[in-house]
This record gives sequence, structure tokens and C-alpha cells, in this order.
Amino acid sequence: MKTVRILGISAFYHDSAAALIEDGRIVAAAQEERFTRRKHDPGFPANAVRYCLAEGACAIDDIDHVVFYDKPFLKFERLLETYLATVPGGFRSFRAAMPVWVKEKLFQKKGLRRKLGEIAGSKSWDGSLLFSEHHVAHAASAFFASPFQNAAVLTMDGVGEWCTTSLGHGNGKRLDLLKEIHFPHSLGLLYSAFTYYTGFKVNSGEYKIMGLAPYGRPLYAQAILDHLIDLKADGSFWLDQRYFDYCTGLTMTSSAFHELFGGEPRKPESPLTQREMDLAASIQAVTEEVVLRLATFARRETGERQLCLAGGVALNCVANGRVLKEGIFDDIWIQPAAGDAGGAVGAALAVWHQYLDKDRAPNGCDLMEGAYLGPTYSQEEIEQRLTAAGAVYGVLSDSELISTTVSALMEEKAVGWMQGRMEFGPRALGNRSILGDPRSPRMQKTLNLKVKYRESFRPFAPSVRREDVAEWFGLSTDSPYMLLVADVREEKRVRPNLDEEALFGIERLNVPRSDIPAVTHVDYSARVQTVHRETNRRYWELLTTFKERTGCPVLVNTSFNVRGEPIVCSPEDAYRCFMGTEIERLVIGNTVLRKEDQPAALMRDYKEEFELD
Amino acid sequence: MELVRELWSYMSDRRKFWLLPIFVMLGVFGGLIVLTQGTAVAPFIYTLF
Repeated sequence: MKTVRILGISAFYHDSAAALIEDGRIVAAAQEERFTRRKHDPGFPANAVRYCLAEGACAIDDIDHVVFYDKPFLKFERLLETYLATVPGGFRSFRAAMPVWVKEKLFQKKGLRRKLGEIAGSKSWDGSLLFSEHHVAHAASAFFASPFQNAAVLTMDGVGEWCTTSLGHGNGKRLDLLKEIHFPHSLGLLYSAFTYYTGFKVNSGEYKIMGLAPYGRPLYAQAILDHLIDLKADGSFWLDQRYFDYCTGLTMTSSAFHELFGGEPRKPESPLTQREMDLAASIQAVTEEVVLRLATFARRETGERQLCLAGGVALNCVANGRVLKEGIFDDIWIQPAAGDAGGAVGAALAVWHQYLDKDRAPNGCDLMEGAYLGPTYSQEEIEQRLTAAGAVYGVLSDSELISTTVSALMEEKAVGWMQGRMEFGPRALGNRSILGDPRSPRMQKTLNLKVKYRESFRPFAPSVRREDVAEWFGLSTDSPYMLLVADVREEKRVRPNLDEEALFGIERLNVPRSDIPAVTHVDYSARVQTVHRETNRRYWELLTTFKERTGCPVLVNTSFNVRGEPIVCSPEDAYRCFMGTEIERLVIGNTVLRKEDQPAALMRDYKEEFELD
Repeated sequence: MELVRELWSYMSDRRKFWLLPIFVMLGVFGGLIVLTQGTAVAPFIYTLF
């Protein structure tokens, strides 16, 4: 029988990506930013499409259906109706938006055909170029890729066409969206408003708010609930637009918002104060409350015992951890590429199961293959590329490689670790990672300031062998995608002395709080990645050897990039990052590079090369 | 022409014929708007459009 190939595309807003599905199996998926080296690249993902085709060993004309992850006309309708509803207030925004639409976005179908044609194709795409609704794509990426036969499905993000939050019910190949909350009422936009107000970049600084929250107290949570959001018992909500500017202006918050919280937004890169930490704690507390109520309602409405999550808000792993901890559902599964990139996978799976009506038979594993869906490089290719780059390297056997890397980690060295296929989604999961020893009290500061060049308050995540997770963290389920937060277990914690207990806010950063201080946040939480022998053998073996030699089955795992840079994709990217930072060892495949052996002429000042996020 | 056909089919599906005068107006004045401005990138806002 002929193989059916579906190409999913997300593009033109942020985090463009492409995904290839063959007979319902995800063959490849990648974000465009990894190839163009431009963070959150919104352009047509030509490089990602080319990669997917190469991975599937097919040409663009072999693709049966191309599907785009949202419906441009519906989005245009939302824009027009919003501007009409806010006349004349929205004129500035209208003037900014219309040229893009009149010139390009209204002609998206034609534009997509042209771009596909440029990838050496001759197909006309009549009838085979499809458009999925944005939240259908999110819901499909959550449910169809999940290991569940049936489940409740929640999607939450900034906004798609109209929808900002949806509740769905998945059963086999059926996926029905039962309820929706529409723009301008959006949990994602509420969170982004605080991202903007606390001086971080909208659409990338949300992680920072989440990381900052444990340093603060939720002093403003009641003010948010009293004035900004009318939150109902079922989790539905309404935002008072007097406090926001995103419908009519070109910022997120209005002067009423600034008045309510006592001042103008913090200037980007200016010093953080206790106020920003308290604001972060407040919006995080409100977000968790909304998500918990939505999850409770989803459980009641669908009667299902499993929950699937997607949409940008589903990357809020603290809220996800709360949902799991509260025991509302027996099990939850979160799409690792929960943001817009994952829409490419979701739209393609929606075509397979819904448009083509193909059956679905989950076998207990999800479809994401550990999220290792990107490019890989053979040992021969790695050596060729490194030689061409002027690198000095040695090649080791598998066992020597593991042993040497563990020794470097035990010496508290920062190790760049690039193996196998690149991850799809925002997280590095052990194939494009910088690793460190979590037992070191200096590691968090060193990695933040000398390797990643990012804010010192930001926490790092632990990778732990799946079989050891319950011994170290308050978590007994799989968390392969680093999307659940759990507490470090009591017996692994270190009790602070009286002086340390009296510290406040950011001063608490340098107090060791557990046997693994580099990955223990100030509230004893950790964003856990469980490592499974089945999906990442080499990384699992590294952790096993590290445990044998230190008694600790945990490593610090942070993405292989600097602040503002997309995660590395190729050996050249990895070498450039290695040479521009204080990473001391680089391991690519079976190749090991020591910083002290590299030509001094190739060292570079790297941190100025990327726009800060 | 394809765009006009698709817009008509969209309006029929959504029962939103009242958008027709807006589309006509945008068609007429669209050229002017395009001529007066380049691309729209709003640095401090979620990518709503």
C-alpha cells in the first residue's frame, strides 16, 4: 500500500517549524531557528522542510498533503472585529497590522504554494494544501501524539484565531473541542502582560517569570483576581480590558495597570527588585489557580482519568506539576513542543486521523520518540566538519567516552554534550545539552554567568535516571520532557542555618539547599527530566556511570546555547559555542575536545553575537 | 481572483457578509496603506497579527 506523507508547517508568527508524518508515524520535526540561527524565527521554515524531506528520503512532490497550522481568514476576522470594537482606539495597531495582511498574509495560500515550489517541486497543491485551526493543531499535538486511548485535552496559549483556551475530548481517532474561551480573554496574554511589565521580552521571558516567582511572595495575587481577571469556579475567565493595551496599542499593559501595581514597567536589563519577584510570584499563583480549576472542570466534564496538555501555557511546568500533585487526573501527558512549533506536528496528525479518518492504536508509548526528531550526524561527518572548522579533537571508544566525560564532570567542568538526533521543542533533553555536576555549590553561578551569560537567578534543571527519580524527587511518574516540577525529597535537603534562613529574595540564591544545590531552586523545587534507557541509551549510560562513581544519578542539564541563541544544531554550531564560552569540554558523538588544546586564534567573544532574549 | 472566491466562501461559511464592505474598502485603500508603511514589527507585544 502506498505510504501517505503529510507535511505540517507552522510559520509567520513565532517559532516556525516543519514536521513530516508517514502513515501516522512522526518521521522528523524541527524548528527553523536551529538552521537559520535566529531565535524564534517566524519565516517560512524552508530549511526545516528540506531537513524533513531528507530524513524521510522523499521529495516535496512525494508529499500527499501539506497542512498549515492556522486559518488566516479567521485570524483576519478577529483582527477586524477587534479594531471595529475598539474604534478609534485601535487605529495605531490597525495601521501597523494592515500592511502585513494586505501585502502578505491574506495571500498565504498563494505564498505557501510559491514557497513549496521553491523547494524544487512542480506540484500545484490544488486540494492538497490544507489549513487547520490553531487550537485544533495544539489539541491534536497533545492527544494524537499521547500514549492514551482516551483523555481530556486542554489547550492554553496567547491566542490563535479567536480561541485562547479550549477543552477537548479525545477518544481513539476522534478529537472534539467542547468548550472555548475567545480573545481578548487569554491566560497566555495575561501572563505575557506581566512578562512585559516586569521588563522581560514577551514570548520568551515567560520562563524567567516562572523562575523568578519562588524568590517573591504573592502579594499582588488578590489585586490580580479583584481587578484584572474575573475567574469563575469552572476555570473560565474574563479579563478587564481597561488594564491591557494589546487590543488597541502596541504594548501589553495600560496606564490603569501601571497605576494598580504602583509604577511604570521595569526597564529591560535594569536591576531586579523585590517588587518584580513579588509580581512574578503573584501571577504564577493566579495562573496555577486558573489551570487547576480548568483541569478540575475538564475531569468533571469529560469523565476521563487522563489529561493531555498543549499550547504555550502548558510549558509552565510549575502549574503542570501542581495539576499532577493535586491528583485531579491519574496521569497527564504534555506535548514537549507545546508552543507554536508543535502545531506543525498537531496539524499533520489531525489530517491523518481526522481528515483522512485513519485509525489510532496507542501502544503505551507516545509518538514523540523522546522528542529526538531532528538532524543527526554520523561519526565520519562529525570528524570531517570539525577538521574543516580547525578543531583539535580525539576519538574515543564508547566506554572511554563515558568514563572521560564523567571524570570531567566530577572535576566540576562544564561539558558540551551533543549526541544523536536534535530535540524538537524548547528543551534540550540530553542530545544538545550543557552538562554539569549538580553536587557543586558553584555550578549554578558558573553556568549562568560564564557559560550561558544569563541572569544569575535562573535555575537549572536536573536529568535523573527514571529508575532513581523517586529516591531524589517527589515524583514517581515519567517526566521525559522536563515539563513537570517536583520537590527535592526531604532527606536530600540541607537545613539552612539561622543566618541563611533570615535571608530574603535574591539573597537566598547562594544558600546550598540540598545534596544537589545546582538544580534545587530556592523553594526546593526542580524541573525534572527523567532519562529512559529506551529513548536515550547513551545519556542514560552517562548517568549510570556518574552514579557508580559518585552515588548521585543526577546531572545538571541546560540547553546547549548562550542567552538569545537558538540551541545548537550542527557540530559547527556546537564548536562555535564551545569556543565562545567557558565550556571546558565538548563531546560530539565519540569525539572529545578539550578547551586547552584548541587554537587560540579560534577563540571568540560570543556573548555579543545574539540579541538578548 | 482565487482570493475573492475564497473570501466569499469564507463569508458564506461563517455567515459574516457584513465583512464584505470592509474587504472592499481594504481592497480600494489597501494599496495606499501599503505604500505608506513597510513592515509592522511591534517589539513589545505578543504577535497578535
